[in-house]
This record gives sequence, C-alpha cells and structure tokens, in this order.
Amino acid sequence: MAEIELRGIEKRYGEAPVLKDVSLKIKDGEFLTLVGPSGCGKSTLLRIIAGLEDQDAGEVSVGGRPVDGARPKDRDVAMVFQSYALYPHLTVFDNIALPLRTRQLSFAQRLPLIGPLLPGHTGIERSIRKEVEQAAAMLDVAHLLHRKPGQLSGGQRQRVALGRAMVRHPTVFLMDEPLSNLDARLRVQMRTEITSLHRRLGVTFVYVTHDQSEAMTMADRVAVMMGGELLQVGPPEELYREPQDLRVAEMIGSPKINIVARAHWADDRSVLSAALAPQAKHLAFRPEAAVLITPADGVTNGTVTDLENLGSDIFVHVALRDGSETVVIRTTPDERRFSLGSTVGLKVDAARLMQFDEAGRRCGNIERVAAA
Amino acid sequence: MSLTASIQGPIRSIVRRRHRTEEATVGWLAVSPAVILLTCLLFGPAVAVILFSFTDWQLGAATFHFVGTENFAALWADPPFWKALVNTCLYVAIVVPGTVGLGLATALLIEASPGLRGFYRAVHFLPVMSTMSAMAVVWGTMLHPSIGLVNRALAAFGVSGINWLRDEHTALLALALIGIWQGFGFAMVLFVSGLKAVPQQLYDAAAVDGADGLLDRLRIVTLPMLGPVTMFVIILTASRAFEVFDSVRVLTQGGPNYASEVLLNRLYSESFDYLRTGYGAALAVVYLAIVIALTLAQARFIERRVHYS
Repeated sequence: MAEIELRGIEKRYGEAPVLKDVSLKIKDGEFLTLVGPSGCGKSTLLRIIAGLEDQDAGEVSVGGRPVDGARPKDRDVAMVFQSYALYPHLTVFDNIALPLRTRQLSFAQRLPLIGPLLPGHTGIERSIRKEVEQAAAMLDVAHLLHRKPGQLSGGQRQRVALGRAMVRHPTVFLMDEPLSNLDARLRVQMRTEITSLHRRLGVTFVYVTHDQSEAMTMADRVAVMMGGELLQVGPPEELYREPQDLRVAEMIGSPKINIVARAHWADDRSVLSAALAPQAKHLAFRPEAAVLITPADGVTNGTVTDLENLGSDIFVHVALRDGSETVVIRTTPDERRFSLGSTVGLKVDAARLMQFDEAGRRCGNIERVAAA
Repeated sequence: MSLTASIQGPIRSIVRRRHRTEEATVGWLAVSPAVILLTCLLFGPAVAVILFSFTDWQLGAATFHFVGTENFAALWADPPFWKALVNTCLYVAIVVPGTVGLGLATALLIEASPGLRGFYRAVHFLPVMSTMSAMAVVWGTMLHPSIGLVNRALAAFGVSGINWLRDEHTALLALALIGIWQGFGFAMVLFVSGLKAVPQQLYDAAAVDGADGLLDRLRIVTLPMLGPVTMFVIILTASRAFEVFDSVRVLTQGGPNYASEVLLNRLYSESFDYLRTGYGAALAVVYLAIVIALTLAQARFIERRVHYS
C-alpha cells in the first residue's frame, strides 16, 4: 500500500543541480537507506518525498497515488529529523499528541481555553491519550510524559521524536540522519531499536545517512548517491560484493577496498590468470580477498608499514614495491604473523578481483553479477 | 618525614593565605572603576535623593531641616500624585501591548516578504533613532485641531476631529499612541533577530505533523520560540514607558486638568517649577521603588515560563 515511486526527479538550487534524473522504487514495508557523502542530495530527495520541498521535474507517488504538490500532512508520511525537532515548550506527552490533535480536533477545538469546552473535545482527547500512552510504552518513554524535551538525554529525545512520528500510524517513515547527534555507543544501540521498530510496524522506512556501516547494518536495500545521482541500489551484500562503480566500491566497506592501478600487476601471475578485460584500468579487491605469503617471483611483493590489531582481526598495511600504493589485508591472529618492516608477498584471489575501466565503471568478470 | 610534614602544613597555609590576599587585592583593583563610577553616578545620587526626601530643602536654599516622613504624608494626600500614578499605569498598559503587538506583526510581515527587507526594517526603525522632544513637536503639529494632518485626513472622510491633546478623554491616549509609534521599531528589530533564530526543522516538523496553517505555525512554533525575546521586549518597553516624560512635557505639560499627568512630569514640576526639592525627592523615591518592584516581579514571573531547557 505504501510503495514509493520516484520518476525522473530533478532539483536545482539556482544554477547548481542537486538531483539529476533520480528514479527509484521503494517497496511496501521495505527498509531502504539512502547513503552518500554530505551534499550528495540525499536529504533533498527525502524532503521531496516528504513534501517539504518541490522537485523541478519528475513525479513522486506514495502508495500508487501521485502526491506532487500535495502538502506534507496529506501524504501520510512521518519524518524524524536530525535535531529531533521537538517543540521545546511542550511536554513529551503534548509533543507526541500534536500530530493527532492537529488531525482529529477541529481548529476551534484546538484553541486554548475555549477548545476544551466544545462538544466532542473530551472524547477525542481521551482516545488521543490512549494512543500517546501506547506509543510511549512501546518506546520506553512512558515515565517521561510530563517532562519537557530540555530535561531529556539525547537518546530519550530521539525516542520521543520516534513516538511523535509513529503515533498516527503513517504508512511511510522518513528519517534524516536521526542518529548522528548521538554518541557512538548509543548510536549502535538505537540502530537495533529502529530496525526492530521497523519489523514491528511493518511499514516503509526511508533512512538517510552518511554512515555506510549504518546503511549496511540496518537496511533491506541500500541506495548509494553521489553528486545528485543514484549510483547503485541493492541489498547490502550485493553492494559489498559486486559494486558496479568504483565510487560505490570505495564508499561501502570498512576498511576501504584496495584499489591498485593495473600497471602494478604487470608480472603477477595470479592476477594475470584472471581474465582481465582490455579496458580495465583499476583492479580492486576487499581486504579479505588476498593472503600474505613469503615473497617470491611472479608475486607482487611489498613491505609491512602498519599493523592494526583489533583482537579478532589484524589489518596489515602493505606498501607495494615503490611505496606509491598501499593496500590493507585482513588476517586473523591464528595466521602467520608478519612483523613491521618485513617484506611480504601478496596473493590475490583472482575470482574476487574486481575490474573497473577508466571512468570507474565495472568491467571484465561482470557476468557473475547476473548469476548472483 | 612527619617533621617536614608538620612544618610544611603551616607554611603552606601561610603561603595560601598570602596568595588569597593578593587575589582579593587584584579582584578589588579590577572592579574598582565600575565601583567608583556606580557609586558616583548611581548609588550616591540615590542615597542623596533618599536623604532629601526627609527634608524640607528647596532648590537653591542655604539651609534645610529634617522633617521626617512629612513629604511622604503630603504625597499620600495629594490628588495630583494619585492621578499621575494612575495615568502612568494606564499609559504603560496601553503602550506595552501596543508596542509588542505592532512590533511582532511588523517583524512577521517583514520576514515573510521576499524583498526590500532592509528598507522596511530601516524605515520602521527611524522613530527609535529620532529625538523624542523634536518628534513631539512634529506630532503636536500633526494633531493640531485645525491645521493638523490628522484632523484634515479625518475631515476628508467627513469626520470632524477633536482637539486631541486638549481633550481630557484623548490626551493620554494620543500620548500613548505617540509612545507606541516611537518604540515599536525597536521591538521589531528584536523580534526579527528572534525570528531568524527559530530552527527551520521545527517548521518542517510542524508541517509534517499537520500544523501548516498560519495560525497553527504561530501557535506551535513561532510564538513559543520567541518567548525569551518577548519577555525582554516587554520588560524593556514597560520600563521605558514608565519613564515617559519628553512627549508629555512638550505637548501637554500634564494637562488638561491633570488628564495626562504622569509621574516623571509631576516630579519635574514639583522639583524645578515649584522648587519643592524635598517633595520631589519623595516622589522620586516612590517612583524608584515602583520601577524596581515591577522589574523584579516581571522577570521572576515571565522568566519561569519562557526558558525551556
């Protein structure tokens, strides 16, 4: 019911294009994250879906119904903002109740002093109270209902903002970097809370973030945006394993994917054994797609420049030959250890090598994508 | 070790004490310019006025006698004083809501308009920059019963105007309107800066929550977020309205029949027209007490309601 469809969305601020021909279909009940660096247009796209901004060209439909030009409140969407945007003078209860009051009470009934005296007011207020208490209980803020936002911690404000969004049961949830004002630990905790909220509510979530790990861990599908364009849309593991664009490959995954110019592999037998496309200019592989061996002929050799021990993994930084390129290789503590400064050989799994052409587009062994 | 410790203790406390005295000296030195200025310009005169209020001194007289609370008793029994007090309160009661309301409305209109904001701001701010006594003369001309612009404009609509400043029923009102005219530009500037500080995300949230009408936006976002500015404007306008003097002095001298008499004009007349300095000082003391009490009460009462964090 609440499928979102964007067709050819364009937006420019003055001369600068912010969104270039963005088309995207978001399925009903799906959790989709829009990820990209700041200024890539992801927040603008979200605001266009919400109706807070108008697109210059293209169409938006929510639940099969075109909503172009419709006001935000008529789109059946709820939004959670980065700064939470709670009304500071209202209590938590009144904050959560506001979307219900503006919809269910008439203008006269909403007036202070006179409103409560009008017929029908008491009954509606009673049902609103029930709804608010339900939402508050679900988010574990029931004991804070009489407080003002200024007396709450960041995490509690975030929950209240979520409560205000869900209290009227919208079919679409829009979230604009909702966790970026929280500290690291709370952020990880809220991630799981938001995903479990999504499972319980079963409605469509569109979630904007610049944090690729947030995008990867929370979403059913991730849409990577850059420079106002959608580069690739797919499930997190597909973006990780089969990025179609060098920029997507670089954005997704931590530590970053290793990218080495083709010229560097001139006499590497294992790399050359992979069917390299003639137009391939950059070869890329994930940190776990290579192993370190004793240096030998026919193998790319390098020097260990840094070791990052995370306990479960050790990331070994290796400078290749002339030192102009450094790659990061993931090893486990049980594997053979290499000390700083030692010379090592690099054996790349040819099957997991990705090839990109001059413009950064994927080429070569691309047919595996279709199979996957 | 215990020996060194037992010696070190007292030494350290001596050092600390000396350190503390030094700090205190530096502190007093640092605040001394302010203390001296405040004493000479504020506390000294205030104490002098309080002392004079218990004497029968007349301006220029060589001697004076302490007369106890005689001046205050005279004040209590003086009908013009009560008239002035009531009029001043009425004046404040008209000017404060008028200034705040007009200032806020102008600020909202200016911020909503797409262009010429700087021009409108400057135009509305002009009265604040002008000298009240000079402007009062201009207003006196405008309100002149026969050649004044106001009555001529009314005549164009077939309404016969009255002598605004000489009529017992309108004199105070006319002065209050002039007061609003002079002060609302300042309120507007403060409101404009307050409006700029309202986070856009709150308006966005209100729009998504269904509060996107003008009145809903005002009620849910704009007015509450302007709370601290409004408090500031109210206190400022009230204390300025309380000291209304120039326009009264120039235009009506408190007349007709004390209809536009205000506290400061009363004070001035008693002290400098009739040279009853002791009596004038008693008036000043009462005036000071009222202003201080009002300011404290306002700040206490409103402050509690407008700061949210």
